[in-house]
Amino acid sequence: MDLNCPNIGLFCYNRSHMTYSREEIQTKLERILPTVQKPGRYTGGELNQVIKDWGSVKSTVALVFPDIYDLGMSNLGVAILYDLLNQRPDALAERAFSPWSDMESALRDNGIPLYSLESKTALSEFDIVGFSLPYETLYTNTLNVLDLAGIPIFTNERTEEHPLIIAGGHATFNPEPMHPFIDAFVIGEGEDVIQEIVDAHQAWKSSHKPRPDLLHALSQIWGVYVPSLYQAEYFEDGTFSHIEKQVDDVPLPIIKRILAKLPPPTTDLIVPNIDTVHNRIPIEIMRGCTRGCRFCHAGMITRPVRERPVDEVIQAIHEALAKTGFEEIGLLSLSSSDYTHALELINKVSAEFDGRHLSVSLPSLRIESFSVELMDALKDTRRSGFTLAPEAATERMREIINKPVSTQQILDTARAIYERGWTNIKLYFMIGHPSETIEDVRAIVELCKAVQAEGRKLVGKRAKVTAGVSTFVPKPHTPFQWVPCDSAEQILAKQELLRRELRGRNLKLNWNPPEDTLLEAWLSRGDRRMAEVVYQAWKLGARFDAWNEHFRFDVWMEAFDAVGLQHEFYTYRDRPIDEVFPWDHLSTTVRKKFLTEDYLWSLQGRTRVDCRERCFACGILPTFADMRRHNPGDVWQCPEVKSKRIKVSEITPLGAIHSNEIEVIGE
Amino acid sequence: MSMRIRITFSKTSAMRYTSHLDLHRAWERTLRRAELPLAYSQGFNPRPKINLASALPLGFTSESEVIDVRLEEELSLEKIAPVLESALPPGLQVNQIYEVDLKAPVLQSQLLASEIEITFLDPFADLEERVRTLLDAQELPRERRGKAYDLRPLIEDLHLMSEDSDGCQRLFARLSAREGATARPEEVVDELGYDPLAARVHRMRIIFQE
Repeated sequence: MDLNCPNIGLFCYNRSHMTYSREEIQTKLERILPTVQKPGRYTGGELNQVIKDWGSVKSTVALVFPDIYDLGMSNLGVAILYDLLNQRPDALAERAFSPWSDMESALRDNGIPLYSLESKTALSEFDIVGFSLPYETLYTNTLNVLDLAGIPIFTNERTEEHPLIIAGGHATFNPEPMHPFIDAFVIGEGEDVIQEIVDAHQAWKSSHKPRPDLLHALSQIWGVYVPSLYQAEYFEDGTFSHIEKQVDDVPLPIIKRILAKLPPPTTDLIVPNIDTVHNRIPIEIMRGCTRGCRFCHAGMITRPVRERPVDEVIQAIHEALAKTGFEEIGLLSLSSSDYTHALELINKVSAEFDGRHLSVSLPSLRIESFSVELMDALKDTRRSGFTLAPEAATERMREIINKPVSTQQILDTARAIYERGWTNIKLYFMIGHPSETIEDVRAIVELCKAVQAEGRKLVGKRAKVTAGVSTFVPKPHTPFQWVPCDSAEQILAKQELLRRELRGRNLKLNWNPPEDTLLEAWLSRGDRRMAEVVYQAWKLGARFDAWNEHFRFDVWMEAFDAVGLQHEFYTYRDRPIDEVFPWDHLSTTVRKKFLTEDYLWSLQGRTRVDCRERCFACGILPTFADMRRHNPGDVWQCPEVKSKRIKVSEITPLGAIHSNEIEVIGE
Repeated sequence: MSMRIRITFSKTSAMRYTSHLDLHRAWERTLRRAELPLAYSQGFNPRPKINLASALPLGFTSESEVIDVRLEEELSLEKIAPVLESALPPGLQVNQIYEVDLKAPVLQSQLLASEIEITFLDPFADLEERVRTLLDAQELPRERRGKAYDLRPLIEDLHLMSEDSDGCQRLFARLSAREGATARPEEVVDELGYDPLAARVHRMRIIFQE
């Protein structure tokens, strides 16, 4: 191993002297695995893992979740892509995760490159390495995975020899802080686009053309962003000016990818041999949300709402149970009680799987008695805890964030929950909402106590309230993308109040350290210059930033200093309403005009109703009118489009959507 | 009518890094996939009535693990065997299935000893001499979690085996597995003056009281 490599890390990415064969990796692992914690993270070999013959396929894809196995195996996105790719006869997909620090040291000490779990192949041997980036705190781990794999960290250092590095997931709706490291980002839903990326890669590979040809071909696929084909310009004060195409025919803006209709759920799920965070069958019943909470990134970027039919969900549960034997099912969506046929689904699940000792979880329930009915219909005898998320404790505050639930409704729902036998209610709040005062924070204490008081009337002293209080991080592409994040001092003062006053028998408070919030805040709304900070932080040792025991605020501060940027610029700055954002060219199709209006409404305490009741023309429907017309009825929750009056450019063939057409749309 | 079946099985490949608790879950899932009428305990948190005889330390392989499973209905073993077989995950193999009396004592209370094979991945020059010294000792005082104990009486047998196909040296050991008197293979390896992390352990047999 050459320790004098120009790049950092311990590996030199000259493949000729660093690649180990599968057998060599396997032999070395034999010695290493007994020395690390939870070696089952690094072995693969689980039920339903897919192993294909490398000689029989044209494309090999490594799917990487850049955190430990325990978390990554709980990610539905990775499971879906793994299944879809392995269904292709001409491709294979294998998995890789970040090694925990003990395994990282063992790999580095022994010169073993990061390998895939299935065939123990070094990641550098794959055609494509795809990262799942659902949240920003995985950025330094992503760089570390590349380094451990012996793949150049920077796009412009990779040659035809190296894998294509792609990334997708919710965080990549603002991909700029990772722009020099990732060759191509997927903006939006990955199910279809991953296939097109593989096709494009195959075509390029057989053409023996240089790497830039591949990147250009990718840029033509709907939903793919190739950052190296664009240049960012800034004003003197450091704010973003605009993005410039480097090549004429690349799209601007880049329109997110969506599926017209959700395909049947993945039921070929790997069954881990060790415990994982969500060790269960995940079934997505609905994608998107119609509620329009202003803080909610997922709610804005996953529009439109598309539902899966009840029978399809039931069928998937049958199949998945037979294939996996899991004892738990998660029926997933952003707002379970908004699923049109929620009660029918739950009744069917209860009836069909009665006596099978299944536990069914139904997250994200609305604060209304219907949610209690739903949970009750599940007949889960455990009744461990019932979770509600008021997000804010005063009606004023809830109007600002557009989650208008009356305090009376919260108390009524709480009463219904205690009445049906639950003793513990978990309440989720955020502090740091725009215009929040200390009184709004104190109201959290009062609301928790009021909820508990309802419980005491019904179940006595056993009535328990657990308050989970996180801190709001303004997210790109949301109506709150303009607002400053609370300072560390403000956060601490608010948390101090909660710790002091939210006390008492069976009252519990959970919160996050302010530093976690700030990290997420500057990464979320970072521009291209932030990439330098991410790189420096990683060089200085930042890893596993989502883990308290690893996250080092001082390292990040040092990185900002080294780069000459100030985190306050990204974190605390109150952005003018007409500011151009570094992520504006990545279009969720929810128009900025809509977001601006929604933000201004929030300042007046004006709310919007659920958009199933009234369409606010956020931009989704005008953009995807044809798609909606071809998928009528319940499949989408947007209004039906019958005539061809709303003219949209043809959505397929891909890559056909360009900015001028978008401007015309919906006028 | 319920029944109790006893399964002896091998635990190999990736499954060797599955802990006792996770193995329990792997069996529960296997039985659920096989759609066998697994019996569950009563109460708020029903647990499947399955019972593993003896915890195999992480990383060890085995060809003789034993699990008892309670079924709610009586089924013929000929019917159980193939469905179970097709539901097994990689790394678990069924060697034998037989019916045991519902009232038979729990497996853990019947444990006497384990027979294991220790493979040394690195050359161990004075292995034979070390074994002799160990066996000749009157006592082998050691400490486990701050408690003093004597390892010597817990070693019922220890002798050299032929080298394996890779030319690695091997030892056979029969170690006490009685309640409150268990010898751990890694303690024996350590007592021999060898790094336990460079030794592989394979369980060949668990010996129960008749």
